Amino acid sequence: MLPSTFTEFTPLASLVGGVMIGVSALLVLLLFGRIAGISGITKAGLLIPSEDWLWRIAFLLGLVFAPWLMTALGLDQWGLSFVSSLPVSENLTSMALAGLAVGIGTTIGSGCTSGHGVCGLGRRSMRSLIAVIIFMLTAAAVVAVLRHLI
Amino acid sequence: MLKNATGNVVLGLCAGLLFGAGLLISGMANPAKVLNFLDVLGHWDPSLGFVMGGAVACTLIGYPLVQRRAQPVFNNSFQLPTRRDIDRPLVVGAVLFGTGWGVSGYCPGPLWTSLAGLAPGTLIFAAFMLAGMWATSLMKQYKTPA
Repeated sequence: MLPSTFTEFTPLASLVGGVMIGVSALLVLLLFGRIAGISGITKAGLLIPSEDWLWRIAFLLGLVFAPWLMTALGLDQWGLSFVSSLPVSENLTSMALAGLAVGIGTTIGSGCTSGHGVCGLGRRSMRSLIAVIIFMLTAAAVVAVLRHLI
Repeated sequence: MLKNATGNVVLGLCAGLLFGAGLLISGMANPAKVLNFLDVLGHWDPSLGFVMGGAVACTLIGYPLVQRRAQPVFNNSFQLPTRRDIDRPLVVGAVLFGTGWGVSGYCPGPLWTSLAGLAPGTLIFAAFMLAGMWATSLMKQYKTPA
């Protein structure tokens, strides 16, 4: 796994970014009447036949092109130079397996951090609360094992 | 039912850009920051709790307000999940997702937003995530014909 890199505690930027994510989720409900779950949007936009795929493809393009927007706005510390210098694991086997687990898990479990977390908790869904608790605890346990036990 | 294709594209893109900008500014797009949030035994970085807090505060307050409308702007009705049962797929899926998230520091949103960095690990993760979603969706369709 990725060697531990120090990251600074950024409560203000994280809160502001979180509110932007929440407002985007509200826009998706207001405009399209749907949950802003990225795994679901990915599937219904790209992988399985769906009636309203158009906004989903546009939304995914927005996610992909967000770094260009930040750079164009003069916020390159959150733009292209930021995403080009991200510390991503170079262990391609573990990244492939992790990607597979995320793809299968979010499909079986009907959601990810956004669908169950941001949207499901906002809807006061018990299913989502259970899912969030389980995937958070599992992820924390995996990190604990990989960083501190092995 | 699709109403107003141009509106769908333009406003879908805007919502995605806003979501992506939020992921970038909050630090959620950085897998190292995600892993440090999950690493409660190490140099714990609690920042992502603020991301989740800010986002969920918006949806908790805003969802009931939006749903006062008879219908969304570009659709005939709101289509939200209705299931309430805690079943095995929910639990197994969450465990699998949590495992992949803990190994990589990536969940689907940040993956898309950091794709432009073109790191080999990001690209491989994306390919296998899409393959996993596609194959599992196919199997789900066979199991529960709609």
